[in-house]
Amino acid sequence: MEPAQVLLGVMWLGLILYALLGGADFGGGLWDLLAGGSRAGMPQRRLIEHSLGPVWEANHVWLIFVLVMLWTGFPAVFAAVMSTLYIPLTLAAFGIIGRGAAFAFRKSSTELWQQRLFGAAFALSSVLTPFFLGTVAGAVASGRVPPGLARGDLVGAWVNPTSMLGGVLAVAVCAYLAAVYLCDDAVRSRLPGMAEVFRRRALAAAVVTGVVALGGIGVLHADAPRLFTGLTHGALPFVLASAVLGVASIALLWLRRYLLVRGTAALAVTAVLCGWAVAQYPLMLPPAVSYREVAAEPAVITAVLAVTGVGALLVLPSIAWLLAVQHRLPLERGDLG
Amino acid sequence: MRPALAAPLIAAAGPASGADLAAARTQMALSLGWHIIVACLGVGMPALLLFTEWRGLRRGDDDYLRLARRWAKTVAVLFAVGAVSGTILSFEMGLLWPGLMGAYGQVIGLPFALEGIAFFLEAIFIGIYLYAWDRLSPRAHLLAGVPVMIAGVASAFFVVSANAWMNQPRGFRLEGGRVTDVSPWAAMFNPATPPQTIHMIVAAFMVSGFATASVYAVALLRGRRDRYHRLGFLVPFTLAGALTPVQIVVGDYAARFLADYQPTKLAAMEGLTRTGPNAPLSLGGIFVGDRLRYALEIPSGLSLLVGYSPDTVVQGLDRTPPADRPPVTPVHLCFDVMVGIGVLLLLLSAWLAFSWWRRREIPRSRLFLWPAAASGVLAVVAVEAGWVVTELGRQPWVVYGKLRTADAVNPAPNLWAGLLLLIVVYTVLTVSTVYVLRLMARARPVAAPQEPETP
Repeated sequence: MEPAQVLLGVMWLGLILYALLGGADFGGGLWDLLAGGSRAGMPQRRLIEHSLGPVWEANHVWLIFVLVMLWTGFPAVFAAVMSTLYIPLTLAAFGIIGRGAAFAFRKSSTELWQQRLFGAAFALSSVLTPFFLGTVAGAVASGRVPPGLARGDLVGAWVNPTSMLGGVLAVAVCAYLAAVYLCDDAVRSRLPGMAEVFRRRALAAAVVTGVVALGGIGVLHADAPRLFTGLTHGALPFVLASAVLGVASIALLWLRRYLLVRGTAALAVTAVLCGWAVAQYPLMLPPAVSYREVAAEPAVITAVLAVTGVGALLVLPSIAWLLAVQHRLPLERGDLG
Repeated sequence: MRPALAAPLIAAAGPASGADLAAARTQMALSLGWHIIVACLGVGMPALLLFTEWRGLRRGDDDYLRLARRWAKTVAVLFAVGAVSGTILSFEMGLLWPGLMGAYGQVIGLPFALEGIAFFLEAIFIGIYLYAWDRLSPRAHLLAGVPVMIAGVASAFFVVSANAWMNQPRGFRLEGGRVTDVSPWAAMFNPATPPQTIHMIVAAFMVSGFATASVYAVALLRGRRDRYHRLGFLVPFTLAGALTPVQIVVGDYAARFLADYQPTKLAAMEGLTRTGPNAPLSLGGIFVGDRLRYALEIPSGLSLLVGYSPDTVVQGLDRTPPADRPPVTPVHLCFDVMVGIGVLLLLLSAWLAFSWWRRREIPRSRLFLWPAAASGVLAVVAVEAGWVVTELGRQPWVVYGKLRTADAVNPAPNLWAGLLLLIVVYTVLTVSTVYVLRLMARARPVAAPQEPETP
């Protein structure tokens, strides 16, 4: 295996973790938006805040990790994607600011109107950010980002059926993951009533995500035939796996097996992302640019992989500790006094 | 194996307009200048926090522990804001400067990868430190804070080493316009890395110390001279004050480094036109035509500082073709502002040291407390001025001597729209941050519930 392939795999793993962890944090923002009036929605918002509080910053770092791996390992791809898609990526960047800052501000403010204002900014940007990131994924997957600087259609590259599918699917997946995780978190916090609320939402989100994904097949057939062919041939096992896992997750939700759903839902999303990767491999910028043509020099990739390996030894146990601490935190006083 | 395609892959679509280049530069300057303040506090505050908590625990001292809790809440907000404003910068590297990243991303990727790991550890342990305060043993809690402090300093080192590379690009060869023979470690440990990283890390601790102390200096001015407020002033001011003379030595080293490695920047900093011995040290003035006017000149001052002798030859702007010269006036004035503030902060620190030595107390004079209350803002202004010197002083290059800023910018049209949006977003962000921090400074020391309890 060449170093570039390993790096590609590591990068994709980072993207999957960002989707599973950071994505759920964005989904939490969506449910915060839909939680209802400030009094009725208060218990839900508290649970969401409790689930996000200690971890969202660490979860967010996966995105930075992917960006840095991309510009180091495949600099021309980074330059092409960022320059052609600078509109949705600028909007996503502002969404990231709004989400993180407003979340922290809401936690630190005491008056209802302040919390409402910051809460609205937090929730709204939690929806917009994954949407724009999803349009970017759609643009790359449908082969609308040519190599070179800003060579693609600055608007059409991300305003098209596949990009819209990517955006909507990203938001739906985030909402779905968040609802599933929140069921488990609610049970853990001894809030069975809240678990029921999020169970209903998780089921609804699962159905919406499934419908969007199924409808998406038609969209891809018409708009991104190359990707469609990849998904129905080489990547078919992953597509089927994601469908099976999706159905299994609905069944488990129905049976209230929340810890198991956490696993199957995450695996279903992983299967979708792997399916995309396999369908597109070895192209990074379809239809023409393969990873081999754009990979950095082996010395660079080896150095970055070595550093990442050492980093993983430090980071992964630390994350485990953080999650363990988070799971032990009581809901009542989830922050410092 | 090597791509034949690589050169066309990073070729620009067409030159960006002058307005778009200016917009991209302004956007980068604003978002970097904003982030640098929060980043400084993120590097320095954990050390203050840990020291205070340690003292409090060791001596069972409630005043220290109350300070630690108060500062921890501030750090929680600052870290969140710093995390997102830093993310924007990594987006902007590609959104605004794809020509730089496409060509050189692989050369400077390593320090950013390392910084990513440091940031990871920082984010993880700050989550544990802030949220599990009452769930861990005091000792375990204190230990959980140590990686935050180390990772913060390490992040500063990695990021600034990437910036140092832009001043002293190493670790690659250019072959027909294509980057080859990349050695990422040589790029990271380029000659500018030691002076720049040390200068910046010390600056980060100074900003943290003076900024925190200035909050309590205001309280002292308002007559709140109880032990809690005195400690809140003394601990951070002592740290920052002790580092100020160190910083002046480091700054001198960084400037003399430029005399050897980036003489054009030094010439711009001093407004020096003519190469030769007896180069004067100029204070103030503006650069008109091809020379500095209205400046206060110390004869042979620059020659003495650079080589300890009036005969030292210092290179002036005349050795650099006009098209390759940075804008002199802003670089020169910002340099003067930075040095001027440094000297002022040194005097203040000496005053406190003297008063402590003679009387074991904080000077009561308003002549001390007023500038002390301003010291946080002054330290921030000095850091910003320093960044203007290093960034503007490198122009017209983004990679010194290799790639011009104008050739690195995104050729997509209407970049100014992104700038306008950024100005709106950052105005709201600034107002909200200041507002929330003020709210927290005034609040009673209880955690805010997320929504008011149902009655």
